[in-house]
Amino acid sequence: MTDTIKSEPFVLNIGPQHPSTHGVFRIKATVDGEKVIDAEMVMGYLHRSMEKLAEERTYIQNIPFTDRTDYLSSMSNNLGYCLAVEKLAGIDVPDRGNAIRVIMAEFQRLASHCMAVGAFTNDTGAWQTPVMWCFREREKILDLFEMTCGARLTCNYMRIGGVAFDLPASFVPAARKLVQTLPGFIDEMESLLVANEIFIVRTRGVGVLTPEMATNASLSGPMLRGSGIAWDLRKADSYCGYDKYDFEIPIGYRGDSYDRFLVRLEEMRQSVKIIKQALDGLPGGPHSTQVPLALRPPKGEAYARVEGPRGELGYYVVSDEGPSPHRFHIRPPSFINLSALKEMTVGGSVADAIVVLGSIDIVVGEIDR
Amino acid sequence: MALPMLATDNWYDIRDLANLTNPLLDFVGDNISSELAYILGPLIGFIASFLIFVLPSQLYVGVYGERKLIGRIQSRLGPNRVGPFGLIQPIADAIKLMQKEALTPKLGDPIIMNLAPIIFVAPAVLLFAVIPFGPNMIVANVNVGLLYFLAVSSLPVLAAFMAGWGSNNKYSLFGAMRIVAMSISYEVPLVLALLGVALFTDSLSLQGMVLWQKEWDIWVGFLMPIAFVIYFICVSAELNRTPTDIAEAESEIVAGYLTEYSGMKWGLFYGMDIGYALAASAFAATVFLGGWSMFGLDKFIPPWLLLVVKTHLFYMLFIWTRGTLPRLRIDQLMAFAWKFMLPVALANLLLVATERMLWVDAFDSKQAMLYVFMIVNIAAAVGIVYVWARFLGYDPDSQPTKARLVKEAGGYVPVGREVR
Repeated sequence: MTDTIKSEPFVLNIGPQHPSTHGVFRIKATVDGEKVIDAEMVMGYLHRSMEKLAEERTYIQNIPFTDRTDYLSSMSNNLGYCLAVEKLAGIDVPDRGNAIRVIMAEFQRLASHCMAVGAFTNDTGAWQTPVMWCFREREKILDLFEMTCGARLTCNYMRIGGVAFDLPASFVPAARKLVQTLPGFIDEMESLLVANEIFIVRTRGVGVLTPEMATNASLSGPMLRGSGIAWDLRKADSYCGYDKYDFEIPIGYRGDSYDRFLVRLEEMRQSVKIIKQALDGLPGGPHSTQVPLALRPPKGEAYARVEGPRGELGYYVVSDEGPSPHRFHIRPPSFINLSALKEMTVGGSVADAIVVLGSIDIVVGEIDR
Repeated sequence: MALPMLATDNWYDIRDLANLTNPLLDFVGDNISSELAYILGPLIGFIASFLIFVLPSQLYVGVYGERKLIGRIQSRLGPNRVGPFGLIQPIADAIKLMQKEALTPKLGDPIIMNLAPIIFVAPAVLLFAVIPFGPNMIVANVNVGLLYFLAVSSLPVLAAFMAGWGSNNKYSLFGAMRIVAMSISYEVPLVLALLGVALFTDSLSLQGMVLWQKEWDIWVGFLMPIAFVIYFICVSAELNRTPTDIAEAESEIVAGYLTEYSGMKWGLFYGMDIGYALAASAFAATVFLGGWSMFGLDKFIPPWLLLVVKTHLFYMLFIWTRGTLPRLRIDQLMAFAWKFMLPVALANLLLVATERMLWVDAFDSKQAMLYVFMIVNIAAAVGIVYVWARFLGYDPDSQPTKARLVKEAGGYVPVGREVR
């Protein structure tokens, strides 16, 4: 009987149009029944040639491009690029500028993690309830951004030498009010999901990354910390005065999807902690140093990195003393985090592959640039 | 068995809507040849029950109520644009679906694909035939109503498989395979749970079960909590409701066997999904929650209204679980059916059978003993579930619920070596 029934693996295209690929990204999965036996990533559907375009624009004109790489964390991207150019041109940022940058970057991390946690739970099948709750809180953070710089998603707020505008008078009270309520929201998410038996069996032991695998693939951010490696650029290679703030690095136990979820939740708490300290110690003075509009940094190269919501977000800029960068390169964290996808999905089921992809928290705009 | 007549025979007595339909049926019986009347009678019954109960419930509890309630769970408003409070929304949706083109893929099998929605719809209507809405309000009072219900409710799986196969889409095929595997597994504990009910109430007829619950003034749902919970879980698996909606898992396989359907062909599947959920809720209300009886209140409140309210309240449970729970994986779902629910259902059957024997032989069918059994069974339910879950290795305290925290950046930190 078994001789007459033939079965063979077939290729299942998960994406480019699929509810769970978070954009136009495609996994060419070879499946044997429900089991994934091979997975190939296909990307580039959203390629906009940003790195080449940047060579034709001046240094300041490039800031809006960085908004559009990782459109869920535009503030962090602005920050990374500005730090790189400041390093290249040797520009100092006033204290108030640094403090505002920290506040904005941490709010951006909160907003981005809201999205990450919500989309991840949506991938496990919690039918939109957690993601709607997350959107509700994210909206409040985006309202603050709108109040400050007029934009919600692509902020274009950081400038070389500081930030574009000083905070409006109503910002600090509104931000204080928000950070009072955010821990309650994180507790709410925790009570909904952390001890949920179905959520645990779906994510525990799924997509396990050992510390060796994580470091060999040069992962960063919550992916790396989920595997139990205490690595956070805010502490390891401090910038913008992060060493003044008191916060802790959350790390996971086994490196599975559940750990990465726990790490993100805890990082949100730590961000709230940092914002509280930054708001309390917000110094006076100018918010930015004056920088010439046609900036021509001296010949040389600079690499600056920040701890973005998804990991090490690096900007590499080479100057030939011209008004625009000679070479401009981005190290997108989710592109590099994605390189471990095959190791994590092969051997699991199709449903697991979706959970793993959700736990990486990719943003396709950043992967394809 | 003589039915206790609660309502009078006057046509204006709305406590029994059969007063209205019976003259119509008599007229049909008197004036038309018996063969035709045999067909026409049930047809009138179907149409009446469909128009009075199924369609309004589908539109207003199934579509509108579900969207509104899920909206509130998700802290948004739900439909509120079309008509007052968005009340016309379900009708607008239906009109939109009818206008849309119903595509058939070029490589799909058009016959199988177009037949599937029809096969899916028919059993949903048939299911309501055996649900007693009142002492006299039942379309077909068959004495094997339980078996009829179980048999007919298994039919949509066939239609779902046809839909998945005929679409010639890999996602559809995944959904079809999943629903077949899951339905077969979940039928087993479902039937075992209902066997206990049939055993205790000494009847396979749904009307008989309601009358038994009315006679002894106790609901089977309280008397056999395990059977009730197993019924709820199994039926939500068969209906593809969220904790177990793997056949239509949106985030994994797009829409399962419905991926290639559009327009009203999809609308039939969607509408009848709600129809099945309502039928299952009505069945649960009948078998477990006393049906149209309500501890004597049915003398005053129309019995059909009681059943409708119970049905809709039970349906709210489906919406609630849909709004809050994540989805299981198929192997976990199958393991849950075979390793957890089946043994628990068997234990429940053993318990119930013993109690039934004791009740009839040793306690002479005393009313008070039922309440004792009820307390014993609720305690036993907690005990059996706890013991069996522990036996299978479930330990809620073993899971860390918070990430570890370290002060300094560095390399790998083994578990238990955090420096705070």
